[in-house]
Amino acid sequence: MADAVLGATVVEDREAAVASRRRLISRIVIYGLLGLISVVYIVPLLVVVLNSFRTNAEIGAMGLISLPQSFRLDAWPQAWSDFCIGGQCNGVARYFWNSVAMVVPATIISTALGAINGYILSKWKFPGSEIVFGCMLLGVFMPGQIALLPWAFLLGKLGLANSVYGLVLVHCIQGLSFTTLFFRNYYVSIPDDLLKAARIDGAGFWRIFWKIMIPLSPPIIIVTVIWQFTGIWNEYLFGVVLNSGSNQPITSALVALSMSGTTVRTYDVMSAAVLIGALPPLLVYFFGGKYFVRGLTQGAIK
Amino acid sequence: MASLTIRNLRKSFGVVEVLKGVDLEANTGEFIALVGPSGCGKSTLLAMIAGLETVTSGEIYIGDRLVNSVQPKDRDIAMVFQSYALYPTMSVKENMAFGMESRGVPKAEQEKTIARVAALLQIEPFLKRKPGQLSGGQRQRVAMGRALVRDPALFLFDEPLSNLDAKLRVDMRTEIKKLHQRIGKTTIYVTHDQVEAMTLASRIAVMHQGEVQQFADPDTVYNRPANTFVAGFMGSPSMNFIDAEITSTGGGAPAVNFPLSGGGVASLPLHNGVADRAQSKKVILGIRPEHLSRQSASNSGKQGFATMSALVEVVEPTGAETMAVLKFGDREVVGRFSPDEAPKTGENMPLAVDMTRACLFDPATTRLI
Repeated sequence: MADAVLGATVVEDREAAVASRRRLISRIVIYGLLGLISVVYIVPLLVVVLNSFRTNAEIGAMGLISLPQSFRLDAWPQAWSDFCIGGQCNGVARYFWNSVAMVVPATIISTALGAINGYILSKWKFPGSEIVFGCMLLGVFMPGQIALLPWAFLLGKLGLANSVYGLVLVHCIQGLSFTTLFFRNYYVSIPDDLLKAARIDGAGFWRIFWKIMIPLSPPIIIVTVIWQFTGIWNEYLFGVVLNSGSNQPITSALVALSMSGTTVRTYDVMSAAVLIGALPPLLVYFFGGKYFVRGLTQGAIK
Repeated sequence: MASLTIRNLRKSFGVVEVLKGVDLEANTGEFIALVGPSGCGKSTLLAMIAGLETVTSGEIYIGDRLVNSVQPKDRDIAMVFQSYALYPTMSVKENMAFGMESRGVPKAEQEKTIARVAALLQIEPFLKRKPGQLSGGQRQRVAMGRALVRDPALFLFDEPLSNLDAKLRVDMRTEIKKLHQRIGKTTIYVTHDQVEAMTLASRIAVMHQGEVQQFADPDTVYNRPANTFVAGFMGSPSMNFIDAEITSTGGGAPAVNFPLSGGGVASLPLHNGVADRAQSKKVILGIRPEHLSRQSASNSGKQGFATMSALVEVVEPTGAETMAVLKFGDREVVGRFSPDEAPKTGENMPLAVDMTRACLFDPATTRLI
């Protein structure tokens, strides 16, 4: 009897050992794959970062992908203020500020309008409001290039052709579908009883919006701002097509880098310029990323 | 004087008629309970009184003012919601102040009112807390506090206790009753719990399928239910319904008969006058579980008590009382007995039926005879 029990324990131990070995192997496979994929992801960034600190001569001699032999910061100020793009040698600074002047108002305005739209479409439904929402949703799935020609036409009529304000308008409108969707879906989960209580308490449309909805909104505001900021900053098609010369945002200006093919390619300065162009969204993700993930997964307060 | 008068109120959502001509009135200081199963229209009715739902037709008067198209904020009402609906980002104090701020009440007066109500409800210790940091019972108090600072003409409660656990619900029920006795405000209270309605209300409106089935004081609703729906809804366990026939006994006194298992017939004498009101010989006999008791020397010969016996199928002791399922013919009937006279399973129990409390219903209209 005792033997039998003992035998059973031995068998169980053996099974447990097999199971734990199997678990170990699967862990190794998972982490190995994850590691490999992160390397694939991070290497291009690493190459660009390293090249921005190498000399152009070194890059020429050793190739684009190799460990740095020297370290210097010269490429960065050059890229910022001296580098030649499209025949003008003022660096990317001007384009960088164009982008800032475009992305800040466009993000703020599209987020604010999205909040108001979402509030109306979830809490002040009117006959046909679902149809309006459905139409706005179409904008989420519509590729931006479809609107290129209409925008060019419209901005021309408005006198906003080739101006940063024109791009602000474009991005506000193009982004409205997304911001409305974000806020509407977030506000739907806020209980209607809150609004009924507020109405009985004597609050109207705007007082409810400011005093009840907005204080509940930080998670979705953060998500929307990050989404809009990175989306608008990284967008270049509208910038290239609608604006030219010194009015382009930085992403469009960077396209011109690869076209200035007459001179020797200055990979060090180009790397620095690309990084300057990529820095703001990277920083936004860096500081806001965890709120972004939290905001996406967080429901409204019960 | 009436604080609330409702005349022929109707509400339709598309083709669905939710309220089919409701008449109701509440005198000043009265506590009216709207009770009924879910989907009966009671919450819609309350929302219409509050102005949160539009009126399809009919009239709602608060005091003597027609309020059909008056905004909720201008109706001089306060409401407590089932979900409490406390503003989650505001402290308890801010929650209570919100309505007064909206109305432009001076700051000093706000402070005074909040202090008074907080003392009344004993919520001073958590005035600075957010609703998320409060227990269910505390949130319930705050929700009432937010209503009380208004000092309205009419209090509306929408199933305020449904989200509380059973013990707390009983405590809060008593508190609401105490509170009403102290402040004496006209209150309309929606609930699906007939015990809440019975214990709190000065009058109960029992609703079913968009109609008020009966609007009367708790005693009448319980003892003289207007129809079989009210009779079955109010009281737990429910009233027993038995198909029966009116006959006259040898002496000419009327009785109700129904078949028993084994071919026998139970014949229970009726008290005066009831039989004459019946339209037909066929009736539904309604007997509440507590009106059955074990036959004894004290009750078997008593005026208005009928005797019979029935087989006991199931016995369910609850401590304070014992429920038993009895076989009346092919019908199951629930009786409520005190534990010391409780039957045993399988026993053929001698019963005394209090016929003075029995109700007869017309099987065609289901109305009380």
